[in-house]
Amino acid sequence: MTSTTEQLAAQLSATTLLRFATAGSVDDGKSTLVGRLLHDSKSVLTDQLEAVEAASRGRGQEAPDLALLTDGLRAEREQGITIDVAYRYFATPRRRFILADTPGHVQYTRNMVTGASTAELTVVLVDARNGVVEQTRRHAAIAALLRVPHVVLAVNKMDLVDYAEPVFAAIAEEFTAYATELGVPEVTAIPISALAGDNVVEPSARMDWYGGPTVLEHLETVPASHDLTGCHARFPVQYVIRPQTAEHPDYRGYAGQIAAGTFRVGEQVTVLPSGRTSTVAGIDLLGEPVDVAWTPQSVTVLLADDIDVSRGDIIVPSGDAPATTQDVRATVCHVADQPLTVGQRVLLKHTTRTVKAIVKGIDSRLTLDDLSQHPEPGRLVANDIGRVTVRTAEPLALDSYADSRRTGSFLLIDPADGTTLAAGMAGDSFAAAAEAPAADDEGWDF
Amino acid sequence: MTTSVDVVSGTDSPYALSHLDALESEAVHIFREVAGEFERPVILFSGGKDSIVMLHLALKAFAPAPVPFTLLHVDTGHNFPEVLQYRDRTVTEHGLRLHVASVQDYIDRGVLRERPDGTRNPLQTVPLTEAIQQHRFDAVFGGGRRDEEKARAKERVFSLRDEFSQWDPRRQRPELWQLYNGRHAPGEHVRVFPLSNWTELDVWQYIQRERIELPEIYFAHEREVFKRSGMWLTAGEWGGPKAGEETEKRLVRYRTVGDMSCTGAVDSDATTLDAVITEIAASRLTERGATRADDKMSEAAMEDRKREGYF
Repeated sequence: MTSTTEQLAAQLSATTLLRFATAGSVDDGKSTLVGRLLHDSKSVLTDQLEAVEAASRGRGQEAPDLALLTDGLRAEREQGITIDVAYRYFATPRRRFILADTPGHVQYTRNMVTGASTAELTVVLVDARNGVVEQTRRHAAIAALLRVPHVVLAVNKMDLVDYAEPVFAAIAEEFTAYATELGVPEVTAIPISALAGDNVVEPSARMDWYGGPTVLEHLETVPASHDLTGCHARFPVQYVIRPQTAEHPDYRGYAGQIAAGTFRVGEQVTVLPSGRTSTVAGIDLLGEPVDVAWTPQSVTVLLADDIDVSRGDIIVPSGDAPATTQDVRATVCHVADQPLTVGQRVLLKHTTRTVKAIVKGIDSRLTLDDLSQHPEPGRLVANDIGRVTVRTAEPLALDSYADSRRTGSFLLIDPADGTTLAAGMAGDSFAAAAEAPAADDEGWDF
Repeated sequence: MTTSVDVVSGTDSPYALSHLDALESEAVHIFREVAGEFERPVILFSGGKDSIVMLHLALKAFAPAPVPFTLLHVDTGHNFPEVLQYRDRTVTEHGLRLHVASVQDYIDRGVLRERPDGTRNPLQTVPLTEAIQQHRFDAVFGGGRRDEEKARAKERVFSLRDEFSQWDPRRQRPELWQLYNGRHAPGEHVRVFPLSNWTELDVWQYIQRERIELPEIYFAHEREVFKRSGMWLTAGEWGGPKAGEETEKRLVRYRTVGDMSCTGAVDSDATTLDAVITEIAASRLTERGATRADDKMSEAAMEDRKREGYF
């Protein structure tokens, strides 16, 4: 394995960053795909490969087991399964990548939610011999719920179905129809063999009927960030900077990361939840004054008026303020081992604000397999996804998750021990979710 | 200190951030979250490139105010003199406060015992965890990156530790969106890794862009070294070379800075940042694989040390 000069120059010139996540069931070849991506993009270095080869030999395996590259914990290597999300980094001439490598097992749904929450793209892996199965639908549903902008369906193990186009076409059609129904904006289906290397990094000579991109080519060319600069501008205040030094006696800046949209000097703004207004007198981009700043830049905003602003407040354009509310209706994914119950007292963390809250109702629990809603389940346990109503002690400036992944999301936290209980998404859950019809005879509705 | 927004080629949006700007913005967000939520944070500062970049980011995050954190260095007693000088110079320059936890003190007091192999890296865990308890630090910034090692790839940005500083990978909090949960009980603390998503190359490219000064040992220079376990170690009072190990003068540089007894130099003629970056981009060895003896002790050496409280 040698590194060519072009590759080297290219690695240094790649300037955009794509965050993506993988999802797949046990044994559908996810580790092989990740290993293949890392290996064929020359992101595995000699000493790592030697370590894997030595460990594989030590286990009596003849070929190096590429899964050992990605399974970093003792328990994972012992059991041959992935327990927790791992983050991996690789670069090609065109782009740098952060891969959230998530376990596919049903009991780790929460880990897939973790990986998908920051991803701009999800690769859902399917075994060509089995087609779309329950777990595939679950992965598509989570990608839709978390509103991951791009979904790739990788139909793997094409070598085991004679590289037959009709097999791929049928799976791609079934999956795309399902995902579209969920509101997934874009699905790209790619037939691959991760083991043989077909259409992962190199185009396949055995599937000349396929005219689309390889997995890597698609990852390199898909729009890297959902352009949020045109969205409702939101600036959660993280920290107040007051040097109180001889040089800066009166400096009072509100530090934070722009969650969505753009802010300009001279703009009239409102501070929520208080509703006080002022004008942007200046914006400092990490020490340097600028006229305009946009998401996701970390900046410091200076206001013309000396009004009360502190951590947890949100600064928004006066003409585009969200309504504040103390009654939050949302979809949550329960991520803790202890259950979430009606009446439970929790903390709710939304952007930089943490407030006391009570779970007023658990309206339904989603069955991911068929997307049916089980009404009034009473509680949610680990890996459940459900609709809840939460009453907060103070008003929140909460957007719909559909409008902003950043200002529409929140955590529920156990005040007793600090455990993260649930990941919350405000507003409607699925983009294309239709009005729920009345419950049928069995008490289920759709 | 410079702030620049690179023009990003190959994108349609005039607002796209370059990968370095995106990583910088994310790291600054993490620093400010800690400043907003914790009482007594501290930055682990060794004078190595990752901690130097961390400090640079912290300076930018709170400008024009001073960094609202103190620094902590766990001194193994086998540190490179150039690095200690750099450390002290930096602390003075920025008017910071530095706590030093000394492995040598622990050995002198008989609390820790020198290992047969002379490596002091694993001995850092006890002074580190005791310093955290003694000063009641509730957030401890580390320069660890997930690209360094496969156990570190599993690490959270906010990593809760119990009163013994232990890491339990099976009981980590899920980390969702950019909503970091820093809640902890008295006695517990949170390890915070603002450079989690950076790679070695990102760190070097950022150092170049920001024109950050580094200790000289990161650049090629002549040095008395000897070979042990396939690595060039610096001869010195720490206990090398032993009988049968021969020293020679070589042109070398360091990719990581740690305890002299287990941090190897690499052959190099890279005397400038450009040359270092070219060398790293072309290298077929990982940073730690090339230069850290303590990671080679077993397949899960890093995981095991992290469980005990190491970074």
